[in-house]
Amino acid sequence: MMMKELMTGNEAVARGAYEHGVLVGVGYPGTPSTEILENFARYEGVLAQWAPNEKVALEVAIGASMAGARAIVTMKHVGVNVAADPLFSAAYIGVNGGLVLVSADDPGMHSSQNEQDNRQYARFARVPCFEPSDSQEALDMVGLALAVSEEYDIPVMLRLTTRIAHSRSLVKLGERRLPPRRPYEKNIQKWLILPAHARVRRRDLEERLQKLAALSETVPVNFIAWGDRRVGVITSGVAYQYVREVLPRASILKLGMTYPLPAGLIARFAREVERLFVVEELDPYLEDFVRGLGIKVEGKEFFPAIGELSPELVRAGFEKAGVLEPRGLPVLDDLPVPPVRPPVLCPGCPHRGVFYVLGRLKLTVTGDIGCYTLGALPPLSAMDTCVCMGASIGMAYGLELVDPERAAKTVAVIGDSTFYHSGMTGLLHMVYHKSRGTVIILDNGTTAMTGHQDHPGTGRTLSGEEAPVVDLEALVRALGVRRVRVVDPLDVARLTEAVKEEVAAPEVSVIIARRPCTLLKREPRRPVRVEEERCKGCRTCLKAGCPALSVREKKAVVDDVLCSGCGLCVQICPQGALVGGGVVGA
Amino acid sequence: MSVLSHPDRLDMLLVGVGGQGTILASQIIGRAALAAGYDVKMSEVHGMAQRGGSVVTHVRLGRTVCSPLVARGDADVILAFEQLEALRWLPYLKPGGTLIASSQIVPPVTVLAGLARCPDDVPSYLYRHARTLEVDALDRARACGNPRAANVVLLGVLARELPLPLEVWLRAVRECVPERFLGVNLAAFEAGYNYRDG
Ligand code: SF4
Ligand code: SF4
Repeated sequence: MMMKELMTGNEAVARGAYEHGVLVGVGYPGTPSTEILENFARYEGVLAQWAPNEKVALEVAIGASMAGARAIVTMKHVGVNVAADPLFSAAYIGVNGGLVLVSADDPGMHSSQNEQDNRQYARFARVPCFEPSDSQEALDMVGLALAVSEEYDIPVMLRLTTRIAHSRSLVKLGERRLPPRRPYEKNIQKWLILPAHARVRRRDLEERLQKLAALSETVPVNFIAWGDRRVGVITSGVAYQYVREVLPRASILKLGMTYPLPAGLIARFAREVERLFVVEELDPYLEDFVRGLGIKVEGKEFFPAIGELSPELVRAGFEKAGVLEPRGLPVLDDLPVPPVRPPVLCPGCPHRGVFYVLGRLKLTVTGDIGCYTLGALPPLSAMDTCVCMGASIGMAYGLELVDPERAAKTVAVIGDSTFYHSGMTGLLHMVYHKSRGTVIILDNGTTAMTGHQDHPGTGRTLSGEEAPVVDLEALVRALGVRRVRVVDPLDVARLTEAVKEEVAAPEVSVIIARRPCTLLKREPRRPVRVEEERCKGCRTCLKAGCPALSVREKKAVVDDVLCSGCGLCVQICPQGALVGGGVVGA
Repeated sequence: MSVLSHPDRLDMLLVGVGGQGTILASQIIGRAALAAGYDVKMSEVHGMAQRGGSVVTHVRLGRTVCSPLVARGDADVILAFEQLEALRWLPYLKPGGTLIASSQIVPPVTVLAGLARCPDDVPSYLYRHARTLEVDALDRARACGNPRAANVVLLGVLARELPLPLEVWLRAVRECVPERFLGVNLAAFEAGYNYRDG
């Protein structure tokens, strides 16, 4: 009997890579892509690595492909922005072993700073794009993408979205088939794109794309399921599942290959149906193409281009279009609206100390991407900006450049993993231009937000091997920073002192706020106790925004299941009413 | 009594606060349903919301399941690990659906810091709008040796409501829970399964 398993799309992509003989998997963690490589790394006989950023990851994969092995690169949608530089050239040079870039987009921004539809990248960079609609397709499309990559000499994008990446459905498991390694032969006309070669490859790329467009007309992942011909729907990705759910009898043109698109197949489908709709998440990517063929089509006027689709939004769209009768759900209008529940820093999170101090010092804080972005939320409210990975440093310097006085009132705050990803170059820029600014590196020894992945500072690799630990102080010094100091982020007095001194200092300085993420160090801790007779119910301790701490009936209450005994509130309480905490036995 | 009015389809939501173990519970349900011969689709929340935010897992069983998301107003059951989240997701329950809710309320930090308010008397709204089973899951789990097993107590309550055999559930718990927590979790499951007996 064939083995079947319930897998997330991410697990299925990993399985597909394993079964279809991928040797090398590289990436940088980012929701919703992270678990692909984590799962891939668990298989025998593969080489799986976290890279410091997505650009490096893609470059490693291009090299692996050149050496003749099959390779995948994984990242979230914004990671493709970082990897875009090599991606565009990779389309010109092509591949040796199959090369697949997995882009996990996040419609609705569950865990992202923007939504972008990376099918546009496939078209922009001129690389073929496949879009699965469930885990089985995700697994199978890895194989298809690798085969297409090798046959048409081109890297291929596999585009997932959150609801594909993080939904589970049944998958049939197969065996691993490792293709023979293709030999590498020196060929600078292909692998070295100076202008003279690039002009040749540019034309060649267009020829490859024409062949791929022909493939798109016949490839089985682009298919028509005929039903009632009064309504025809063109769709892709998870939207296909919503359409099947909402309009089980309609005719559907399901597109699994969404670049290049099959103009002939679309035209044929359009001719056969009375009313033609496109249902797709995010941009009117398919819709614009269909309209460009001179075909009358309806879509974004009924199905939103912003945010995620859902079965109810697809239903509502077809109701509005007059295809379905309104269903009319009961309205629960007397229900009170519960307070919003944004994510928070964990109890015991070392970042909390830093944002507590920065808030008290009333500094302008340029922020960055990680758990610590949550320091912007009340009651900590101690961050002014967040743009992209690494932006905290360049932006702090930009503020100072225009308004030099600001250097004494501004800090950049960036996590360790983010610093290695793209903070170092910003700091180099500060040193180069004699900045007086201050950078705080929140060094919790992990990539916490995405679930604690290793990086060059952790001493371990994705495959579990020991690795050299980057010496962060030495690295910062080597960039030219002379004022470098290490502080415990949960030591309020010392940290306050350090920040005051460094923002006042007339040269660039780096404070490394070092303490491991509380979820990493699982030593038994003693929760803090409240000495009730001392507690005045003044609520000062609540400024730390710790979820383990509340004040009820004028007395502080510590939730002893949640409290990690980090001792931050102990230092904040002006009455000395919070006592204890710390590591058991210390 | 079973909540499964039409056994060829069952839509569920598991709702709670990031870190309460909704994903483990949904994995156990998925395993059990698979062993009982259903097609299954589920959709989870990973990433930022897992840091104490509002989280939801959609679980759908049937002969063949298309959408991984339950549509608003279609859920046969909502399993709520926390009452404010039960309130938030209640519009997803279909008329006549069942709500199994922990009696726990976890105020968001904004409420703790006095920047927002919790509505009064949440349970009364829940009882008014749904066939509600309130469970003191935290206390039951504590009695079994670990308050963090409250998720599995609730799962046990749900299991009793669904038409899957007990052995299938127990096997799924054994397959999904790490060895060293198995004892506590089996006890927690049983406490939930027998909850209605008193
Ligand atoms: S996971 Fe670690 S870094 Fe993230 S909020 Fe929790 S303690 Fe802080
Ligand atoms: S010691 Fe205080 S600040 Fe730290 S986790 Fe416990 S209650 Fe929260």
